[in-house]
Amino acid sequence: MPAGTLYRGREGMWSWVAHRVTGVLVFFFLFVHVLDTALVRVSPEAYDDTIAVYKTPIVAFMEYGLVAAVLFHALNGLRVVAVDFWNKGARYQRQMLWTVVGVWAVLMAGAAYPVLGHAFRELFGS
Amino acid sequence: MAIETTQVTDTTYSPDNPAPVIEPPRARTGRTPRATRTNFELYGWLFMRLSGIVLVVLVLGHLLIQLVLDGGVSKVSFAFVAGRWASPFWQAWDLIMLWLAMLHGGNGLRTIINDYAERDTTRFWLKMLLYTATVFTVLLGTLVIFTFDPNIR
Repeated sequence: MPAGTLYRGREGMWSWVAHRVTGVLVFFFLFVHVLDTALVRVSPEAYDDTIAVYKTPIVAFMEYGLVAAVLFHALNGLRVVAVDFWNKGARYQRQMLWTVVGVWAVLMAGAAYPVLGHAFRELFGS
Repeated sequence: MAIETTQVTDTTYSPDNPAPVIEPPRARTGRTPRATRTNFELYGWLFMRLSGIVLVVLVLGHLLIQLVLDGGVSKVSFAFVAGRWASPFWQAWDLIMLWLAMLHGGNGLRTIINDYAERDTTRFWLKMLLYTATVFTVLLGTLVIFTFDPNIR
């Protein structure tokens, strides 16, 4: 098989796969999130009891995962827009993906303490 | 030059003996299925990009407010929601975010179902389930934003 003639593997395909997977994950969360927010129409207690689940350590890690998925989908989505609408977009798609990964890593590092801090305080005391 | 190669065949076409018409591959004719007679997929493609750009601002702002600023998720409560939805600005923010995100996600899942569900009936019912869930969620969320009552208790 001649190398490099198939659209398979490398940054182009894997960013496409990651975009689909993160998109599906975020969509399913969105469905649940609208349902839990709708509890404000039931009673303040029903809402606060459910939101308490979001404050537990285990769910805090899932929230960090949600932030990871949303951030990648958002940044890579901007890259997709650039590929489609910028006349040099396709030529620089690989460099743009690594830029996306770099910005994503910086933002994830910055989100770690605000999103996970309370979970660590609860797990390891004060 | 090109003319010589086309003249190789015996038939010579003229106004009285016109060559058979070959339709362009994607021409829309009377026999084209209804589903492909509109530019729906083009508008869907454009909507994903335009709504995506808006959602980057709305959703990342939402995550910043709910999960990062002021103690992160720990401060979220009924009172916090009531405080934010007292402002028409945040009501509009959440309403636009709800509609764009659900339509963006719904169209994304429609694409994925079309790609991976190969049997016609499977594809049809998965999309019916998707459309039902999407319409239900959009309507429920809209109702909640418009009928929110801070003095419910």
